[in-house]
Amino acid sequence: MRHVLTTCVYCGCGCGVYLREENGRVTGASPSRNHPVSRGNLCVKGWHLHDFIHSPKRLTTPLMRKNGELVPVSWDAALDYTAQELGRIGASTNGQGIGVLSSAKCTNEENFLLQKFSRAVLKTNNIDHCARL
Amino acid sequence: MAGLATTFGSGAMTNAINEIEDAEVILVIGSNTTEAHPQVARRMLNAVDKGAKLIVIDPRRTRLAECATLHLALAPGTDIPLLNAMMRVILDESLADQLFIDMRTENFAALRAMLYRLDLAELEAVTGVLLEDIRRAAQLYARARRSVVCYCLGITQHICGTANVQSIANLAMLTGHVEKQFTGVDPLRGQNNVQGACDMGALPNVFPGYQAVDNRDYREKFERVWQTRLPAAPGLSLLDMTHSGACGPMRAMFIMGENPLRSDPSLDRVEETLTSLAFLAVSDIFLTETAAHAHVVFPAASFAEKTGTFTNTERRVQLVRQAIPPIGDCRTDADIIIALSGRLGYAMAYESTAEIMEEIALLAPIYAGIRHDRLRHSWGLQWPCWNTAHPGTPFLHKYYFTRGKGHFVPNDHLPPAELPCQDFPFLLNSGRIYHHYHTGSMTRQSALLNRECGEALLMIHPADAARLKVRGGDRLCMASRRGAVEIKAEITDQVAAGSVYTNFHFGETPINRLTIAAQDPVAQCPEFKVCAVRLEKL
Repeated sequence: MRHVLTTCVYCGCGCGVYLREENGRVTGASPSRNHPVSRGNLCVKGWHLHDFIHSPKRLTTPLMRKNGELVPVSWDAALDYTAQELGRIGASTNGQGIGVLSSAKCTNEENFLLQKFSRAVLKTNNIDHCARL
Repeated sequence: MAGLATTFGSGAMTNAINEIEDAEVILVIGSNTTEAHPQVARRMLNAVDKGAKLIVIDPRRTRLAECATLHLALAPGTDIPLLNAMMRVILDESLADQLFIDMRTENFAALRAMLYRLDLAELEAVTGVLLEDIRRAAQLYARARRSVVCYCLGITQHICGTANVQSIANLAMLTGHVEKQFTGVDPLRGQNNVQGACDMGALPNVFPGYQAVDNRDYREKFERVWQTRLPAAPGLSLLDMTHSGACGPMRAMFIMGENPLRSDPSLDRVEETLTSLAFLAVSDIFLTETAAHAHVVFPAASFAEKTGTFTNTERRVQLVRQAIPPIGDCRTDADIIIALSGRLGYAMAYESTAEIMEEIALLAPIYAGIRHDRLRHSWGLQWPCWNTAHPGTPFLHKYYFTRGKGHFVPNDHLPPAELPCQDFPFLLNSGRIYHHYHTGSMTRQSALLNRECGEALLMIHPADAARLKVRGGDRLCMASRRGAVEIKAEITDQVAAGSVYTNFHFGETPINRLTIAAQDPVAQCPEFKVCAVRLEKL
C-alpha cells in the first residue's frame, strides 16, 4: 500500500490530498495535515475523491460512430480519423470553422498543449473553456 | 475577470486563502461559500470565531448568511445599486481613504460625480435592502483596518457581470482595502484548475500568461518559439461556439473534458449546434451527454493516472502526482493532443510533463520561475513567480497595481435581461450544492454522495407553495420561454417569496434547458442567476 500526495480535482480551493493505492487501485483519500489549504481537513467530496476513478462507467477504449452507433475502435483508427477531419475542415475554413473547448479539470500542461495545438496546428484562436460557468 | 483586469490590471484573487482568517471584516457577495468553497468558508468561520464581522450579500439566506453579523438580502441583479449605495454612504460619512485614492488610483472624480448623482432612497427601493442595513455594512467595511471582499459566480453570471466586479473594485479602492496582507478583493474560482486554464491561455484572446494574441510583439515571440505562423485575430468565445447553431460558423469541434450539453445555458441551442457539426471529437473519462453526440470519443486518463499541475484560486501552482497507470486503454489528454499534432504534421516532442512546464515558464513571465522540481519540495508556488529563485507572491498589488494605478470605473444599474412577468411569474436562480460537482459526471458516480443528495430539489417559499397548493416532495413542472423540466419541491424560507432556487448537477433534471443565453458583453459570462419561470403542480 502506498499513499501518493496529490491535489484534489474538485473545487478551486486546491487541497493537498493523499490517494491510497493498493494493488493498482485507488482505494481511499485523506487530507494532508501540513498542506496550507487542507490542514488536515477535506470536504465530503474530497473524502470520496477516489469513488469515480474505478467506476464501471469509465470509458476504457476509443469509440467511433459507425451507422449511427458509437462502437469500440483502435487508438490508431480514432486518431487517424480525427486528424483527417480536423485537417480537412480546418484547411477548407482557414481554421475559422473549428472550435476547441479546453478544460478547467485538466492540468496546466494539457491546457497549454491544447491551446498550442489550436493556434499552431489548427490555426485558430477559437479556444475557450468553462471559466464562466 | 475582465472587471478586475480593467481596474487592478490582474484578474485573480489578491490574497492567499489563509489570510482570510485574520481579516477584521469579511464581505461575501454572490458566493455560497460553505457549499462551493468549503475550505474558504472554514477560514471565514474561523475569523468570525476570532471576532471578525461577516457581512453576507445574497438574495438567499444561505448557511453562511445564518452565521453573519449582517445579511443583506438584495433583489437579484441589484448588486451595482447596493455597492453604489455603500460607496455613497462612505463618501457622505468621510470614511474614504483619501491618501490611497490620491497616491494609488485614477479617475476618482468620475466615480465621485456619479455617486453624488444618486438618490439613496431610490437605491433602497431598487435593492429591497433597508438603508439602515446598507449604512451599517458600509461603516463596518470602511472602518476596519483589514477588510476582505470575497465574490463568486453570483456576481459574474449576470449581463452586467463585468460592471459588478468593477463596482466591488471601486469599493475596495475607495477605502484603500487592497494593498495589504489580510486585505483585498478575492474572486473565488469554481473549478479546481479554472485559474490555470486561464493562465495557460485556453481563452480566445490571449496566449499563456495573458499576452494578447493581437499584440504583434507577443505573437512574434510565440511564433519564434513554436516556429510557425499564428492567427492574429481573437477567436470565438465558448458561447459563441456552442450557441452558433446549425447555420453558424462551427463545422468541427474538439472538446476536452467538458460537458457543454449540461453546463451551458439554453441547452436546446447547444444541442442544435453539436448535432449539426460535420465532425465532433470528445475526450473525457465518462460518456457524458456531450460525448454521446460525438463522432469520435477518446477515453482519457483521470487525475490519479497522470502528472502535471493545477493552479488553485489563490494562484498556487501545485503538483498532481500519478498514483496508478491509466486504467484500461486510457491515455492522458496530453498524449492524445501530441498524437493528433504529429498526425497533422507538427511534431510535439516532450520527455515528460515537467518539460512542458519548462516551455510554459519560457513563454509566460508570471510562471517564469515555476518548475516541477521546485513544486516537488514545497506546497506549491503562487504566481507571479518571476524567476527560479523567486519565492512566489501570496498577495498582489503591494505598492502598485499590476496596471500601475488602480482605475475607478463608475457603473449604473442594469436590470437583468429577463424578469418575472404575468406568464412567467417566478424568478429562477441556480447554483451548486456541497455534495456534488458541476454537471455531476464525477460525483454522481459515488454511492455515498448520491445517498446524501440524489436529486435536484426546487426551493420554494412557503407563501408561494401555499398559493400553488404545493407540499414538500410534490412534483412540479417548471418552464421558461426556452424549455421545461420536472422537479421536486422543497419548501423553505431560505428563498424570498417570488423566487425559486435549485442546483444544476443532475443530468435527469437539466436546469440549463431553462436558463437564458443573455451574456455580459465583455466577459461573455451568461446570466445563469436570473431568468423567469412558471410552475405547475403535476
